[in-house]
Amino acid sequence: MTLWDTAPWLIWSIVLPLSAGILTFLFRRAAPWIGIITTLGSAVSVAALAGQVTHAGPLRYSVGGWGVPLGVDLRADGLSVLMLGMSAVIAVAVSVYASRYFSDSDATDKHTAQAHQRAYFWPLWMFLLAGLNGLFLAADIFHLYVTLELLGFAAVSLAALAGKRAAVAAAMRYLLVSLSGSLFFLFGVAILYAAYATVDLTALAGKVQPGPLAWSALALMAAGLLIKGAVFPLHFWLPPAHANAPTPVSALLSALVVKASFYILLRLWFELFSTVVTPAAASFLGLLGAGAILWGSAQALNQTRLKLLVAYSTVAQLGYLMLVFPLAQHVGSALTAWSACIYFVLAHACAKTAMFLAVGNIAHAAGHDRIAELDGITQALPLSVAAFALAGISLIGLPPSGGFIAKWMLLQAAISSGEWGWATLILAGSLLAAAYVMRVLWHAFTQVAVARPLHRVPRTMEWSALALSLLAVLLGLMAARPVELLRSGAPVSIHAPGQT
Amino acid sequence: MNFDQWLLVFILLSSFVTGLVIFFLKEEAHRLRTLANLFGALLKVILVGVMIAGVQANHVYESRLELLPGLDLVLHADAMSVLFATLSSVLWLVTTLYAVGYLEDEPHRSRFFGFFSICVSATTGVALAGNLITFLIFYEILTLSTYPLVVHRGTEKSLQAGRTYLIYTLSGGALLLLATVWLHTLAGPLEFSLGGTLAQVATQHRAELIAIFALLIAGLGVKAALFPLHGWLPQAMVAPAPVSALLHAVAVVKAGAFGIVRVVYDLYGVRTAEDLGVLAPLAGVAAFTIIYGSVRALFQDDLKRRLAFSTVSQVSYIALGTALFGYLSTIGGLTHLVHQGIMKITLFFCAGIFAHTLGVHKVSEMAGLGLRMPWSMTAFTIAALGMIGVPPFAGFISKWYIGLGAVSSGSYWAVAVLAASSALNAAYFLPILHAAWFRKRQDPWPADHAHGAGEGHWMLLAPPLATAALVVAAGVLANAPFSPLEWVRFIAEMEYGK
Repeated sequence: MTLWDTAPWLIWSIVLPLSAGILTFLFRRAAPWIGIITTLGSAVSVAALAGQVTHAGPLRYSVGGWGVPLGVDLRADGLSVLMLGMSAVIAVAVSVYASRYFSDSDATDKHTAQAHQRAYFWPLWMFLLAGLNGLFLAADIFHLYVTLELLGFAAVSLAALAGKRAAVAAAMRYLLVSLSGSLFFLFGVAILYAAYATVDLTALAGKVQPGPLAWSALALMAAGLLIKGAVFPLHFWLPPAHANAPTPVSALLSALVVKASFYILLRLWFELFSTVVTPAAASFLGLLGAGAILWGSAQALNQTRLKLLVAYSTVAQLGYLMLVFPLAQHVGSALTAWSACIYFVLAHACAKTAMFLAVGNIAHAAGHDRIAELDGITQALPLSVAAFALAGISLIGLPPSGGFIAKWMLLQAAISSGEWGWATLILAGSLLAAAYVMRVLWHAFTQVAVARPLHRVPRTMEWSALALSLLAVLLGLMAARPVELLRSGAPVSIHAPGQT
Repeated sequence: MNFDQWLLVFILLSSFVTGLVIFFLKEEAHRLRTLANLFGALLKVILVGVMIAGVQANHVYESRLELLPGLDLVLHADAMSVLFATLSSVLWLVTTLYAVGYLEDEPHRSRFFGFFSICVSATTGVALAGNLITFLIFYEILTLSTYPLVVHRGTEKSLQAGRTYLIYTLSGGALLLLATVWLHTLAGPLEFSLGGTLAQVATQHRAELIAIFALLIAGLGVKAALFPLHGWLPQAMVAPAPVSALLHAVAVVKAGAFGIVRVVYDLYGVRTAEDLGVLAPLAGVAAFTIIYGSVRALFQDDLKRRLAFSTVSQVSYIALGTALFGYLSTIGGLTHLVHQGIMKITLFFCAGIFAHTLGVHKVSEMAGLGLRMPWSMTAFTIAALGMIGVPPFAGFISKWYIGLGAVSSGSYWAVAVLAASSALNAAYFLPILHAAWFRKRQDPWPADHAHGAGEGHWMLLAPPLATAALVVAAGVLANAPFSPLEWVRFIAEMEYGK
């Protein structure tokens, strides 16, 4: 056992961005470099942690050695590690992109206060990353609440960063949604703490009994998370907030922030309340997902602005995640459904970040993001259009992308448990996604006689989009190990919730 | 490193890497691009040659990558994949030459040749796929990589054709995915092997297997242009001639037909399929498509559209030969996979030359063409006669065996279909030949780019002459070793255990 093997790597993924948040605030000129180095360092610590969990199984770490019930405990299992890995990869790519986006004098809208954006983006983004990583490692529901709140504040401030009227209005709505969501969640936490005198996830899971008390706690917490996670029909705040933010922020909000709520919901549903949840509730969440897929896709088909199209695509894609609840009902297919939805989260994060970054490049070059006027854009930005197309392949779920493998597992879970309705929905959603992605790519092949004058887009910004989209596609060819890792500490291999 | 494990990967990469390199070449880098194109194409033919020699010497070529626990991406060289891989790599070489000549001075050549190469990698992947999931993956990549080729011109009409193409193929792909997952949950890894692997499963899940077969054929039938799923094919004719040649002879349509062949022979097994009673409906659909395509072809004045409907008809011969249960019809169907390819690619090459050099797009404009362009028209004539089934050309061989198979299995109706279709083929090809060779030219050519003499660039002319020579050779030398017929005989013997 070397120091490398035993070091508490999980704490570094929180401490690094937290200190970087303060440093980037103090040393503004060096902020982009601090940001990039921090995300790289945090990626290294996640990689080391992944090695530990692969070899030794789930980990638990008491910060400062206090332990339950006094101190703060962190824990890492397969699910946490994959979520941390996702945020690490996205963080590096977005930081590299942002280092050019906010520094290039040409790259931001002239009318907004650039210096202001540059000054606040990095500290907020570092705090957001710290909150996110803390959330993925939290071992108790109070800590989950705190990190969720930190994440929410950082996200809202970032969404307002553009400073334009539309952005501020959207951010205000986002703030209200975020606060009320957290409040619901906090009520649930309070109820559980009052009844069982502990907040630790594992301890609570052993104590919670089906009954009005547990049901109301679950209902409150789930409602809060569904609002914050923008699950249909509570998604109304998402498209304006995501579409009006600066490009790197849109990418972070769509790829990472909404996933945090879903992650907590998974923890609650499959661990804390696994004895409490009912098949009817699971089907209800599945139906919300179906609504999201159909409604989000239909809205994406109707948008005239590119960023809104991509934002509505997020609404639709989040719907697929909800299918894990009904599909994991069946003992035989529970592990497949569990792996499917988590792999879906990873694939969607890469693809959606790539897509938002590519769309940001296109909007920057053209000076607008009206879909109908994008003819001839490929000649100017072949790499960004390629990134959009590759990301689109993963969102549609075409092979060999990560989205394909996720949908393969979802279909497998649906068919092997005889759920033909869900199987049909999954395929229909893919065809709808193909329709809205192709609406954009349509303009990639049109010929224009005279190319319109376009702004220059820095190479770094084009390549960071392309790199992530390639990763989204290649995720399809390297699923075996992550899926294996997911079994480490997975709550579904032992039993399926709602069935005893 | 074991070379046998990597050969198939190298075969795929030979064109895939070429494609990636070409994407990044500057538009003006004409020589470099042509060099990369030809290098990739030649390398692929050589590697396929190595594979054929190896398979003969009982080498086992297989590469695996674990996609998920219990789900592998498998490349595997067996007799069937050798057949299709050889066809696609050889025809790719000639089509590359042709395309370089054809697109001499058009825009977006780097984009075109990039996707062109990736398209052929996907086709080779389809050929070498060792199980159904791998087949599905490459089948979908093929859809995506051909879309940019179909819409290459960027006009309203070609974008419309591209849209139709995607709606058809993606819907077909969704059905295929559903069927694949379903079958996977019932029967596990779904590896292709001669004689099939589902006989055991068929005893327990009879109804499911029949439903899955229908879904598979519906999914594959879109690309194979089985009626009523053929609607995209005539529209896709707006693509440049080399693309049409590729779509019809090598890649898309062939991938669909090859998929049907794989499903019947190597997945279900022809005996199991016969036992389930799914072959008769397939034969019925194929027979109807043969007649329907021929009748529609009769009424097209646009030469490429006429050829497109001819493809609808001719590709169904493969399905018909496959669906008629019997040793001889199997030989006929599989041979037609190769023969139809070399004949149809010749016809499209020639149609492209007529359009490119003289601006002739319509059948009604072809009078006197034989005197003006004797070489191209000779190639066209050979291929057309082959299509009709005139001996000693390639088409005769495959039709003969399908007919023999129909007689020996007692399906006399299929013989009638063959006869009717041959009569229709003659009805839509012979007037062209007559006009081109025996009628005098009255009007000037629509757009004579060759200024009164010559048949265009040698890069345009050499490919159809080469493939026309293959059409003759495949017919005359049908019994020689290494002919398509001999190779197919070997496959059929294994399938029927003779």
